[in-house]
Amino acid sequence: MSGHSNWPEWIYVGVVVALMVWVGAEAWEAERLIEHVPEGAETIIVTGQQWFWTFEHEDGTKEIGELHVEVGKAYKFEIHSKDVNHSFNIHDYVVLMDAIPGRVNTVWFAPTEAATHDIQCREYCGLIHYNMRATLYVEAPSS
Amino acid sequence: MVLELQKPRPIWQIMFSTHHTDVGLLYLITSLAFLFLGGSLALAIRAELFLPGAQIIGDAMTYNRIFTVHGTTLIFLFILPFASSVGNYFVPIMVRYKDMAYPKLNAIAFWMIPPAGALIWLGFADFTWYATPPYSIISAPGPAADMWIFGLKILGISSVLGAINFVVTILKCKHPDMSIGQVPLLAWSFLSSSLIILVAIPTFAAALLMLLTDRLGVSGFFNPAMGGDPIAYAHLFWFTFHPEVYVLVIPAIGMMYEIIPRFSRKPIYSYNSGVFAFVLLSIVGFSSWAHHMYATGMSFTEKTVFMVGTLAAVPASAMHVFNFIATMWNGRIKFSTPMMWAVGGIALFFSAGAGGVANAAMPLDFTTHDTYWVVGHFHLFVMGTIAFGSIGYLYYMFPYVTGRMYNETMGKVHFIMSFVGTVLVFFTQHVLGLYGMPRRVFDYPPIPEWIAMNQISTVGAMIIGVSMAIFLANMIYSSGKGKLANTEDPFGLGGKYYYPFEAKNPSH
Repeated sequence: MSGHSNWPEWIYVGVVVALMVWVGAEAWEAERLIEHVPEGAETIIVTGQQWFWTFEHEDGTKEIGELHVEVGKAYKFEIHSKDVNHSFNIHDYVVLMDAIPGRVNTVWFAPTEAATHDIQCREYCGLIHYNMRATLYVEAPSS
Repeated sequence: MVLELQKPRPIWQIMFSTHHTDVGLLYLITSLAFLFLGGSLALAIRAELFLPGAQIIGDAMTYNRIFTVHGTTLIFLFILPFASSVGNYFVPIMVRYKDMAYPKLNAIAFWMIPPAGALIWLGFADFTWYATPPYSIISAPGPAADMWIFGLKILGISSVLGAINFVVTILKCKHPDMSIGQVPLLAWSFLSSSLIILVAIPTFAAALLMLLTDRLGVSGFFNPAMGGDPIAYAHLFWFTFHPEVYVLVIPAIGMMYEIIPRFSRKPIYSYNSGVFAFVLLSIVGFSSWAHHMYATGMSFTEKTVFMVGTLAAVPASAMHVFNFIATMWNGRIKFSTPMMWAVGGIALFFSAGAGGVANAAMPLDFTTHDTYWVVGHFHLFVMGTIAFGSIGYLYYMFPYVTGRMYNETMGKVHFIMSFVGTVLVFFTQHVLGLYGMPRRVFDYPPIPEWIAMNQISTVGAMIIGVSMAIFLANMIYSSGKGKLANTEDPFGLGGKYYYPFEAKNPSH
């Protein structure tokens, strides 16, 4: 239909494709590093159920609605659900992983300084989804 | 042209008609009715979130029902029927045929929508438009959930029937003198989106039946207590509904392809690249569905595949934007109301797409997923792009449908308020998501940044609400009492060249 030359569009499409390749490569590289759980990370079993979080440490200590961890250690969360889908989220540390009944998902983090952070549910789970919250206490090493 | 309202007829003549313009009018009025119903629910949601704590909606259950029905209504009962309305009016004329290929099937496809809408609204389910299992199986209260499932089932059948009709009308009923390469881009958009519907919808249709039998307790496809897997539902759902995003957006882009060249008084920069981008989008649209599921515990390889599939759709969308800008370049642009909506829609389409690239990049998705960022992101598509294109096209077709002109000043005020409102609501929600506020929450903790951004968002929504009231008044008043339009050239653009659908139509 158009008799004119179309080279500006080809250049433009080339630039867009190059940008997407760059975004994809950067994302691939970052995700590859993030997925690698460090050696010796302590396991914490996280259980979501309507509408609260339970945490079980390696030594068997259980906590409900709060989680205490230490600066300088790496932690691996094994995420379970007892009823419907939830999503375990510590937004300040970009920790996000769904809790799916019948599956165990893992995600890890290593807190860097002593502070408190919010833990919340980010997947719709019913009546009190909005208040399915917990608190993360990052504490200085005890030794 | 059509001039429905200049030749008053008893309403039952329109209701029982199978003529494509009558069915188009029925689709149009139904979709606008649901736009206002669904929009009112949006205002209720925004009013509730203006401050932490319960505001105007008494309890979380009501709130959950409201956002579920809001989403379901605006996607399935406003956007899709509106596109069908435009397709019914213009596709037969554009391919120079007397009607749709199967007029009775066309009327049946329309008449499935009101009962489906009634099921969804009378049920008022609470499990989100995604009907998330196992919540929807073991926890969601019936009969609302079952009514929603049947409503969606009916809408799916209606979509498939409509899609078959469009495909046959365009491919088999176009005038013998017309090659497929001469079919206007609006008709091409309906061809592409209808083909997507035919491939995508059956998957969700199957998933809905499985969901229903799971609810009845006779199967356990998605119920882990019976050995099923909720992630299977996620795949089936998104295999239909990621391509469905393109079903919604492609006709709106097609409408912009009608508006932009006319009001720039130039031919389209490249017809071929428009066609190419439609076809490419409708193919790569199928390669990205699981980017909605990065956080469900997918493997690194799966995530990488779907990230690449998602990024592959960007160049095709970008080609449309380029085509629009190149068409407007050096044009004698007349910023009448339809043109303002189309240009505003392109700007917001670009913003929505840019945000989408961030979502697709795997590590960034873990920041944005299921937060208000995502709410802002897809609303820039459904409101900023699709509704803007659709409303622009509604103003554009208004003189053809009614034989009268709308009030231009009110149309422009409607655009400016809606544009400002849309930016305030949905750009702010992107930032709110970065601050971590989850979506689908009835209440939120009193974090100062969250409160401030929710308030900006609510004010923006109220501005849109007022502009929509102006729109409604304009449409109702002008369709009865507006000044008579010059149907040869209602927008004063000069030259019939710009109205190809004035091509000879045997039945008019």
